[in-house]
Amino acid sequence: MRVPVSWLKEYTDLPEGTTARELAARLIALGLEVETVEAVGADITGPIYVGRVLEIEELTGFKKPIRYCRVDVGAANGTGQPQNIICGARNFAEGDLVVVALPGSELPGGFAIGARKTYGRVSEGMICSASELALWEDHAGIIVLPEGSAAPGDDAYALLGLREDVLDIAVTPDRGYALSVRGVAREAAAAYGTAFRDPADIAVEGTPGGGYPASVADPAVCDRYVLRGVSGFDPEAPTPLWMKRRLALTGVRSISLAVDITNYVLMELGQPLHAWDRDAVRGPIEVRLARAGEQLETLDHVKRTLDPDDIVIADESGPINVAGVMGGLATEIGLGSTNVLIEAAHFAETHIARASRRHQLSSESSRRFERGVDSALQVAAATRAVRLLAELGGGAVDPGYTHIDTTAPRAAIAIAADHPGRVAGVDYPRERVAERLAQVGCAVEADGDTLRVVPPTWRPDLTDPNDLAEEVIRLEGYAGIPSIAPRARAGHGLTPAQRLRRTVGRKLAATGFAEVMAYPFVGVRDFDTLQVPADDPRRTALKLANPLNDDEPLLRTTLLPGLLKALVRNVGRGFGDLALYEIGPVFLPRPGASGRAPMPAVDRGPTAEELAELEAALPEQPRRVAAVMAGHRDLPGWWGAGRAATWADAVETAREVARLANTELTVRAAQYAPWHPGRCAALFVADGEGGERLVGHAGELHPRVVAAHGLPERTVAVELDLDAVGAAGAPVRAPAVSGYPVALQDVALVVADSVPAADVERALREGAGELLEDVRLFDVYTGAQVGEGRRSLAYALRFRAADRTLKTEEITAARDAAVAAAAERTGAVLRG
Amino acid sequence: MSAPNNSYDPVEVTPLSPDEVARMRDDALAAIAAAADLEQLKAARLAHAGDRSPLALANREIGALPPAARAEAGKRVGGARRDIGEALKRRQAELEEERDARVLVEEAVDVTLPTRRSTPGGRHPVTTVAERMADIFVAMGFDVAEGPEVEAEWFNFDALNFLPDHPARTMQDTFFVEGPSGGDSRMVLRTHTSPVQVRALVERELPVYVVAPGTTYRTDELDATHTPVFHQLEGLVVDEGITMGHLRGAIDAFVDGMFGSGLRTRFRPSYFPFTEPSAEVDMECFVCRGASVGDPANPCRTCSSEGWIELGGCGIVNPRVLTAAGVDTARYSGWAFGLGVERSLMFANGVADMHDMVEGDVRFTAAFGMEI
Ligand SMILES: [Zn+2]
Repeated sequence: MRVPVSWLKEYTDLPEGTTARELAARLIALGLEVETVEAVGADITGPIYVGRVLEIEELTGFKKPIRYCRVDVGAANGTGQPQNIICGARNFAEGDLVVVALPGSELPGGFAIGARKTYGRVSEGMICSASELALWEDHAGIIVLPEGSAAPGDDAYALLGLREDVLDIAVTPDRGYALSVRGVAREAAAAYGTAFRDPADIAVEGTPGGGYPASVADPAVCDRYVLRGVSGFDPEAPTPLWMKRRLALTGVRSISLAVDITNYVLMELGQPLHAWDRDAVRGPIEVRLARAGEQLETLDHVKRTLDPDDIVIADESGPINVAGVMGGLATEIGLGSTNVLIEAAHFAETHIARASRRHQLSSESSRRFERGVDSALQVAAATRAVRLLAELGGGAVDPGYTHIDTTAPRAAIAIAADHPGRVAGVDYPRERVAERLAQVGCAVEADGDTLRVVPPTWRPDLTDPNDLAEEVIRLEGYAGIPSIAPRARAGHGLTPAQRLRRTVGRKLAATGFAEVMAYPFVGVRDFDTLQVPADDPRRTALKLANPLNDDEPLLRTTLLPGLLKALVRNVGRGFGDLALYEIGPVFLPRPGASGRAPMPAVDRGPTAEELAELEAALPEQPRRVAAVMAGHRDLPGWWGAGRAATWADAVETAREVARLANTELTVRAAQYAPWHPGRCAALFVADGEGGERLVGHAGELHPRVVAAHGLPERTVAVELDLDAVGAAGAPVRAPAVSGYPVALQDVALVVADSVPAADVERALREGAGELLEDVRLFDVYTGAQVGEGRRSLAYALRFRAADRTLKTEEITAARDAAVAAAAERTGAVLRG
Repeated sequence: MSAPNNSYDPVEVTPLSPDEVARMRDDALAAIAAAADLEQLKAARLAHAGDRSPLALANREIGALPPAARAEAGKRVGGARRDIGEALKRRQAELEEERDARVLVEEAVDVTLPTRRSTPGGRHPVTTVAERMADIFVAMGFDVAEGPEVEAEWFNFDALNFLPDHPARTMQDTFFVEGPSGGDSRMVLRTHTSPVQVRALVERELPVYVVAPGTTYRTDELDATHTPVFHQLEGLVVDEGITMGHLRGAIDAFVDGMFGSGLRTRFRPSYFPFTEPSAEVDMECFVCRGASVGDPANPCRTCSSEGWIELGGCGIVNPRVLTAAGVDTARYSGWAFGLGVERSLMFANGVADMHDMVEGDVRFTAAFGMEI
């Protein structure tokens, strides 16, 4: 809402010398977010005066007709002699009053006016147009002032309001009343404790009746409806300059006097009005909900199909307005409209809000109706409008008027007198509380320690004791709220899952991974480029109804698309050796979920069943950790060649994460997109019930995936369900640390290529028994010596007992048992 | 070896004569002194102190002397051998030192050579700054609460007193999840972390003291100052006798911990459906402390010479929210706040363009390292 300060000052007398900035600061302290204080016209300086055109000499021989004018500017030029001024406009005649910028003045845009030679004459200034003075957009020519409105030599600054401070206020959705000069002036009066003169305080002569016939079919959608008319209006009467100026300052374009007046009253009082050509309305008016199939061509020349939820104004021909949103084209006020019918109504907020969204029509009217309009304002606003119509456009106010009123008086809110103080933490005297509530327009009645408060009609937002508390506290000043040091209490610290997330992030970052926070939006194409099969559950993703990008309407079911895109971006920026990670949720629709969340009541807490239903409707959102690596894992340098990242780095990253969670991964070969079918590990944790749970995959990406993304060759990736890995972690029990000597034994076992090393190791561990401290695979050999299709795995076994030095025979027996177990389970043969 | 002969005159045993022993010693000392390196010294040791050295051989003759002469001869030979041993030790030390000095110098390297062998890593500053913000409250005894990013509208709006069709709800630029056959799912990408308030109240025993850092979504296009995916830190206290004073105290403690002590804070009345009364909270600019206001010669980039920096929104929990979460409003009241994480990075760490936060460029992330 843009509020010219001079307009606001009509309704309250601010202290002498109050600047617009001070006023803004006071309003901000009260809760009106003044975003800017614009000093309109501050760039206009120097002598600008009213002049009368005495004589016009038409100059010819130029590309366009030019006038050389003698203009009387009174004593403004110091000589009393007429100024000679060249002018290209033609919309004026001798004797007209105009606005003259004398030499030495400067107009917006740094346009300095001087006496200069042009078109063969000396021009001593300029006759101004509205655009040149930045008053409003007008290309019709120069300003011609109405006769009698001023005299030559009058100061144009005051006359036209060339300089004006305008407050631009971002009005919060609860304060619909502040979308008017009236509402902001009321706040300003409260801020300064000055008297407020309500512009809606209009004496309405006569009693309702005899107006245009109208009925309201459903009082629930419109509880006050007022129609008032003017007859014999001059449709060509111009809008006065002061009104044009104020509308321009509030950001409204001047259209015609009748329309300008409805907009002016809208800005002044906050009441949306509609003006019809009364002669275009057919028969009685009815306010009702639209009927299925009804249509209306609105003022913007769009033919709209109406929704049964739309409130419409209808005559015998059908709907003529989408109530509160936009009027119909057929009844539009026009150049031939001499009889004008003004509507002022109070429509149900939610209907207007829904209609505005449905028709994608947000207007000055709908914005106000949505936020709540003063339900007692309609007669005053309609009266104000018809009086302006009569006064400025001729014609006469029709004697009768229509007033349908089904509003109910507002119920009192009971509030403990000390409630505002208990909310603020400040002890407000009871009288002060009552005084502050009265200041915002409430009727306050004390009843012992309770105040019975009836909020004013323009504050539909005040419904609860805390709403009233806020009014008191903001008027008393938020600055007075004390700062009470937080009470110490015993917290629980971070949860294990929260600690794990941090630990994993730190570990990865410390080992050369950079964290990425990708958007979770993906498209079908992402699954295609990842070679995800058509029936893969990952393709079952939640879809956004209104995605930012139509190609990415889905919510990720894997972290890889975002990570790979970030990888490609970094490669594109000239980086070849990269390691990236992300920790974040994926969104997995629950099989069999309804896809529609319930909407429990809000006047009580949800029941356990309702909570369960809410959770069941939501997707599973496990937090995952994923990492990708490309190029070198160990960088090359002066020390020699680097080491390229391989599938093993991806698997080890997964294992590291598991170790951080105090658990261990079981690794098995798998074939799973987007990984290389021969270089993909499926990762499992123990599920606590003797079984296993799949928690992710790691390995080298499929060459086709690498090619499709344009990734560096042999890019590797890992993705792991961090929540599941964390849940598998067990508290650590202290190990028995033996001080007895270690016994080392190396064995080389030849196995078939198809035997996973993990199986051999498991057999060795289990066969060796508890004397085995550790097993380490230190060499893998393939070649002629071990034969085709076989490989030799060399293990270092470490034996140690908790309570003694091991004897040679014990060590040998344990080693032999280990080898025997490996032989039995994996067909391993001890290499000679 | 000769047999002992008591009648034998020691003087007659030439190798044991004082002159001869002295000569052997002098020869040895000369050879030791002449040894130019450890190899030569080793040869000298073998020649003059080894098992077959003249003195060792002479020593064997002592047994052949008459008993009366043995002690003196033994003393003589022993003294010579001791002198040689000491000379060897000394020379050994000297030569080792010389060798070390030479070899270690030869082994010197350029220790200024680059040593980094791993790619530069780092945690995203949004992660680290959100943790830091949360930790300030954890230190005050708060727990860290969480909630899902795809959220039921009931949690995101209804329970927070966003009425259907109210502009406060429609103004939130919400991503809606499509429902079955294109219908309404009543699920959204949460538009703020505030639904965690309701979850915390529903799930936890009272009193509740929690903060909830998290990812939030609005349908803003990515530009220098906006991103559709951003982060907030929610705070919630519900206890008996909570006032705006407690809220202010907590905010002050946060500002103190995060930006330094002595910074003033300011509450401005505002509106949020889930708090009543509501406030926008500003803190004094920690760079210029207001000195840049009205001083065009010394502008402040951090606060745009406003003197104040917007921190976020806060207020007293609307009793309607407590009711919707099943909390007894006659007994309990609470406060809540919401702070922007990206905002904090932009003004405190000078992140100038939101693109950097979302593109995943390693240079950006690595620059922030592990902690902020
Ligand atoms: Zn500053």
